[in-house]
Parts: sequence; structure tokens; C-alpha cells
Amino acid sequence: MPENNIDVQQLIRNMKAGLDQYLQEHNRKNPLFIGIHTGGVWVAQQLHNLYCASLPLGKLNIAFYRDDFSRIGLHPRVTPSSLPFDVSDRHVILIDDVLFTGRTVRAAMNELFDYGRAASICLAVLVDRGGRELPIQADVAGKHLDLEANQHVKLSGPEPLALEITTAE
Amino acid sequence: MTSHSIQLDQHGRLIHFLTTEGLSRQILTSILDYAESFAGVGGRAIKKVPLLRGKTVANLFFESSTRTRTTFELAAKRLSADVLNINIAMSATSKGEALQDTLHTLEAMHCDLFVVRHGNSGAAHFIAGQVADNVRVINAGDGRHAHPTQAMLDMFTIRRHKPDFESLRIAIVGDIAHSRVARSNIHALNTLGVSDIRVIAPKALIPEDVESLGVQVFHDLNEGLRDVDVITMLRLQRERISNAVLPSEEEYFQCYGLTEARLSVASPDAIVMHPGPINRGIEIDSQVADGERSVILQQVSHGIAIRMAVMAMVMGVAPGDGMVGE
Amino acid sequence: MRIVIRNGRLVCPAQQLDELGDLYIADGRIVAAGKAVDGFTADLEIALEGQFVCPGIVDLSVHTREPGFEHKATIASETEAAVRAGVTSMVCPPTTRPVTDNPSVVELIHQRQTRLDKTRIYPLGALTKGLEGRQLTEVAALRQAGCVGLSNADNPITDTEVLRRAFEYAVGFDLPVFIHPEDSYLRNRGVMHEGKISTRLGLPGIPETAETIAISRALLLIEQTGVRAHFCRLSCARSVELVAAAKQQGLPVSADTGICYLYLTEMNVDGFNSQCHLWPPLRTDRDRQALLEGLRSGVIDAVCSDHQPHDEDAKAAPFSSTEPGASTLEVLAPLAFSLASTRGFKLEHIIGALTCRPASIIGINAGTLAESAPADLFIFDEGSQWTVNAEKLASAGKNTPFDNWEMGGKVTCTIIDGKVMFRDL
Repeated sequence: MPENNIDVQQLIRNMKAGLDQYLQEHNRKNPLFIGIHTGGVWVAQQLHNLYCASLPLGKLNIAFYRDDFSRIGLHPRVTPSSLPFDVSDRHVILIDDVLFTGRTVRAAMNELFDYGRAASICLAVLVDRGGRELPIQADVAGKHLDLEANQHVKLSGPEPLALEITTAE
Repeated sequence: MTSHSIQLDQHGRLIHFLTTEGLSRQILTSILDYAESFAGVGGRAIKKVPLLRGKTVANLFFESSTRTRTTFELAAKRLSADVLNINIAMSATSKGEALQDTLHTLEAMHCDLFVVRHGNSGAAHFIAGQVADNVRVINAGDGRHAHPTQAMLDMFTIRRHKPDFESLRIAIVGDIAHSRVARSNIHALNTLGVSDIRVIAPKALIPEDVESLGVQVFHDLNEGLRDVDVITMLRLQRERISNAVLPSEEEYFQCYGLTEARLSVASPDAIVMHPGPINRGIEIDSQVADGERSVILQQVSHGIAIRMAVMAMVMGVAPGDGMVGE
Repeated sequence: MRIVIRNGRLVCPAQQLDELGDLYIADGRIVAAGKAVDGFTADLEIALEGQFVCPGIVDLSVHTREPGFEHKATIASETEAAVRAGVTSMVCPPTTRPVTDNPSVVELIHQRQTRLDKTRIYPLGALTKGLEGRQLTEVAALRQAGCVGLSNADNPITDTEVLRRAFEYAVGFDLPVFIHPEDSYLRNRGVMHEGKISTRLGLPGIPETAETIAISRALLLIEQTGVRAHFCRLSCARSVELVAAAKQQGLPVSADTGICYLYLTEMNVDGFNSQCHLWPPLRTDRDRQALLEGLRSGVIDAVCSDHQPHDEDAKAAPFSSTEPGASTLEVLAPLAFSLASTRGFKLEHIIGALTCRPASIIGINAGTLAESAPADLFIFDEGSQWTVNAEKLASAGKNTPFDNWEMGGKVTCTIIDGKVMFRDL
């Protein structure tokens, strides 16, 4: 069983190392950093700082793209997406905190394409916990966790970032 | 039973949007917040989000209004809904029957949302009482009763310029008696905490006991505009003159028309609003309508975001389901 | 048919009678009320335990909708509802199609009534042809045919000269003129009381002055012409004052109000409740209190149902497009009796407002349990509570503003002309 004391900063360093390698292997220059609300933006902010990227960080709120809208309605609070750049023909690093079913990432990519046609998208996540329901995989992950269906990973932040694993009865 | 209770479900969520009356500050604020989120959609490469994909919105206009109909249509399309525009000329004899027949026909076509504009007060309310559980109704103006999306786009415009509602002084000028915009604005402003709301008009255009809605009445424009932060000018219908309510357009403009000179008694950064369409030279001078204080064109573009927000909210509540988690 | 009703509480305001006793009926007439009749052999004996036995209700306004509007209701459906409501005589306004402005319509109504043989019908003749407010009707012929009064119903006469002439002409035939006081210009397109609620709902309002100016105008013409006049459905406080002053002055006027106006106000219209779309409109609570006081003091002589049955479509539309009126026959007696317990009215006074006083307004021999009077009466059981269910009303009109209201008492038996028309004992 995974321990509850996870060093988030270590995971971010893991992501940085994985991304360095990925960008080099795929020869991707000047990528755009885009985080998915809310946890993904926190993680993306830290990576963005580490890379000293020139363009500002993009923030994506996928509330309007969720596939469960007709079942559960609008999320109570929606911070607007903000992509203060043109994504067309650019390499994008899409960042989220936890990769689980893959539905959030699908929604995020749908939204991203409504802003323009990116040259490529690379998915980087803090934690890959398995349990996919869609054919979506992370290119870079800070950590892989093997969790049961009744376990829940939650990132709190933004300062400091901390991961907590809880188990539903 | 009151005129507004039908628009909430048993969990207090908005399922129809018929009037701003009786809605909580929290609901009104979330309409404004959602509208902020949707406001960005118009500036993107693809001006659409897929929220209402596969849903059908019927614009049911018993009273023609190109502008309102167009913004509702655009809002629905930006939410990826399919849109039916139905303009129904009303014959004086068979209003009631025509309305029920039309409703049943559209329900048979599986429309999910009716956007209703009707000349009779209470029409949207009546329709909301008739439709099936899973069908939603948005009031796009009913008689003199309510025009809630117009009121919310006015609130949105005000908030963008003056975020602190509680400290505002607001004047609504013109035909209050026959104005659904005035009523919906007054309810919304009260709920959002505005304590100084003034209505300014000749006595014949002020409805009986209007003070009970939470406003102060002025018959003198200069007195009423003193130090206000927001001025909403209402359109004057020509029939008020033919029906002996007022003597002439000229005298109305002299006494109640908004000019640069009159504006000078208001707060120096006051904004001027108008729900449109404008009668230049009757209720407002062109110089003011096109001037730097005027936010009339902003109101129009905010109308789309507000209507997207309201559509998304009412369509996001499935019949009979529980509360959303999170 | 010889009937004896034993041990009832006999209330007959016409004779100041209120006592426990027996009532004897033979050959369609009252034989005795309260006094024992030796050797009376009854075909039917109704044994009570102190329930009320009252003269049958004389209802000053029931729209049967026939002829002309049979999709709403018929004489058959509404006289059936009437007998269940304790109403043994009813006045029907001339708003039929064709309008009751000539003897043939009156005859037609009487033929229907005679065949059905239930509640007695007393039509009002139109004051002007087609209710158009221009040409006078043939009053002699209408009276001959059986009209008990004249009225222009809900089409107020706008031309004051025509009104004067109509009053003058009626004087010669000693028929009362029933006036629905309204200034149609001031009403304009109003559909509810002009006030706080109309302002909130954005519904066109009807000012109080639409009624009071019409009353004032009529009173001056009544004074001038000497016509006997009855004001129908007073709705506001100022109207009560005007009629009170006229009575004080000795003018030959009487007045009624509908049962709805004693229970409902403009507040009930909230939510665009088309069942409370009435004409004249429901007004403020202050007006309602004044009407109750007017009834108590006698300024308002009678309370009627103002029964207006409608088909479903008539009420299923946005408020302004719905038709005014409520189906009220079956709640009239229980709501009126309740005024005694809830508002401290003398029961005898309430029953008088339902029986002998309306009977004297239209000049018929009814509304009394006096010896040899026609045996029209009803039994009312105060102990029998029930809940109004619109769908279960006997009237063809299910349009009641009182759906789901608790009623403190019900009519359990109605006798007309010495025959048991309805019995639920």
C-alpha cells in the first residue's frame, strides 16, 4: 500500500526530469505550459517557474466541456479559462495533478482545439493512479500509484502542495 | 404560491428563469459569475462550447424582437445547441388556444428549452406550468411583468464598471408603468444590495404603490439624477402619446430626456444604460447615447454571455436528481 | 308528498324564528314551522339532530351559460349543482347567446327549467338590445315573460343619456335595474385591482374609481328618475360608503356582493392565479373588511355566489387572456355559514342575506318558512366537514379558487316545491 507521506516537490522534480528528456527526444522547442483547473494549474505554475518560460502560463477550465454535464450540471464555480497566447502551431505541455479515468484530459483537449490547432500536445501529470476509461496516457508522470477504486487522491495547495490519499468506507 | 416559486426545484436550484423576483443573492451572483466565464468564449477561434450539444432550444416569440431573439440564438449556438426560431403572429381571438397548441406541438418535437417572449404578463410563467418535467423555460420578456435576462445583463454591465453594489445610487428613468425591464431591474438591484434605487417619471408612468418594490419616486429629473452612479433610460412607446398619457414627445424630452447638461448633476463617473432600441431625441440625446458615459453597446454584447449562463444553469439540472457533489 | 322534518334548528329570518322544532310540508307548501300539527300523516319523515333547517337560498347571480355557451355549462348541470348547494331560486343574468333581450329567450330558459324541475330560475332581461347600450328593450314584454329585473350585465352603458332613459323607462314597470357599476374608460384593459400586486405582476390594473365613479353617476340618475336600483358585486370600501349614504338619503337602492369578495383579495392573484381572475376584481384586504362591515350593517343586503362556470380552456392561458369568473355555487352556503363562527356574524343575519333579503329585492314569494309559503328549504349540517376538490364539483365549471379549502359544514338536503331534490343524510 502506498504511504500517505508523499514528497510533492520530489514528484515535481521527477516531472521536470521526465519533461526534459521528452522535449529533447521529440525536439520540441519553446513549448507552451497549460494547466488544468485547479490542481493542474498549481503544478503547472511550479514547472513554469522551473523552466523560466517566456510566455505566461495558460489555464484551462474544462467545466464547459465535461461529459457529465447533463447528469450533474454546472460546477458551482467556474473560473474562466485563460490562454493569453495563440496556441496555433505551437507545442503544448498539458499539465494536470491526477490522471485517473482520462475524461478530464479528453475534455481539456477538446477545449484546447477550440482555441486553435496546436502542433502537438504532451501530457504531464503529477500522479498517474491508473483506472483509465479512455485511451489516454501520460507522456510524463511524477509518480505511478496503484490504487483501489474506493481510494481517492487529492492535491491541496497552492502553497504548500500536499497529496493526500483517503479511502472511502 | 407566488409568481416566482415555480422557477426553483425542491433543492432551490434554478430550473426556469422567469423573473428576478424571489431569487437569492447567491443565484443572481452565480449567473453573473458564469457569464464572466462565458464572456471569453466569443473571443476564441471556435466560439462554441459543447455544453448543450444535442439539445434543442426553441425561441418562441409571440412578440417580435429581432435583437433579443438574435442574442438568445447566438447564446444557444455558442453552447452547441440546435435552435428553432418560431415567430408566432398572435390573432386577438385565439391567443390562449394557439399558445397551448404550439406548446404541445413543440413538445412532440422534443424541444428541451423554450425561450419565450409574449405580450401578456405571466405568459412565461403559464408556459412553465404547462411543460413536461424535463423541459425548461426562459422568459425573454412577458408583457409588463419581467425581462430577467435583460436585468441580469444590466447587472453584469454595472458590476464590470462598479463592482460594489451596496454603495451605488441608481436611477431608472421613463415609462416604469409599462416596463418589464424596470421591474426586473428593481428586484435584482434590491437583492444585490443596492439601497438607493430611484425611479424618475411623470406620475402617469409610475405604477400604483411602486414604493412597495423598494424604490424612491421622483417626478423631477434634475432632483432624481443628483449624485447617481448608474442611469438606466427606458424606451418611450409612441402609443403613450396617442393614448393621452402624455401630450407630446417634445415636452417629454424637455422634461425627462437625458442630455449632457442634465447628466452633469449625476456622479462624474456615472454610466448610462438603455435596454434598446433607442428613441434618439425622445428619451435620450444622441450626444449622450454615443458619448463616453454610455455603455449601451457593452450591454448588447454582455447579453450573449448572460443568456449562455442562464441556459447552462437551467439545462444543467436534470429532473428529480439530487444535489451535485463538490 | 307530505314531509315532516323532526328536531331541526329552524332558522327563518323573515319571521325572526330560530328554534328547535319540527317542520311540516304538504302539497308543496309549508304547513307549520315549530308548531306541532296534530294528526299529520307523513309520507316521509326526516329525523335530525339539531341541524339547520333554513329557507332555500335565493341566489342573485348564477350564470347557467345556456343558451349559447353550453360548452361551459347548461341549465341541467347548474340546476343540479344548485340543488346540491341549497339554492332553490336563482337569478340568471341576460348574458346568454342570444342575449335575453326578448321574450323568446326567457321562454326558452323557462321551458328548460320546467322540464328539469329543479331550482327555480328568474331571468334578468337586458336593459338595452344586445346589451349594446344604445336601444332600449321592450320591458313590458320581458316582464310579461317573467323577468324579475333588468340589467346590462358586464357591458356598462357608457352613454349617460341612454342610462337615464333606460332608468326612466324601467320606472313605469316597477322592475328593479341591476347595475354592475363600472366606468369602462377607467377600467381600460385592466384585469385586476390596481395596486401593489398589479404593479409587481405587471398586470394592467382596474382602479377603484372605475367602480365608485359609476356608482356615483348611477346614484344621481336614480335620484333624478326614482328607479329602483340594485348594485351588483360591490368590491371596494368606498362603494360601501356611497351606497350607505344613498340609503341614508332614502334612495330606493339595494346592494349585494359575491362570496369570493368576502374571502379573497388581490393577494390571491399572486402567481398569476387565473382562478382568481374575477370581475369586478378582488381588491385589498381593507376593502374586504369594509365589505364584511357593510354586510353586517345591512348596507349590503345580500350575498350571492356570482357563479360563473367555465370550460378548462377559459382559464388555461396567460392571465390577461383568461376569462373572469369563478364556479362558486357549492361553496356559497358553507363559506357564508362560516362567517358566523369566524367573523362573529349573527347566523340569522347571514341566512337573511342569502334568503329573504334577496327574495324581496326581486319581489318573489320565497326565502321564508312562513305558513303556506312554497316549501323551498335546505338542511345544513355544521358538523360535516369536507374539502373542496375542484374535479368533484357538481357544477360543469371546475374553476374554483377554493380548491383544497376546508369547508366547515355542508348542505345535506334540499327541498323545492315540497319535493326532495337532493338528500345526503
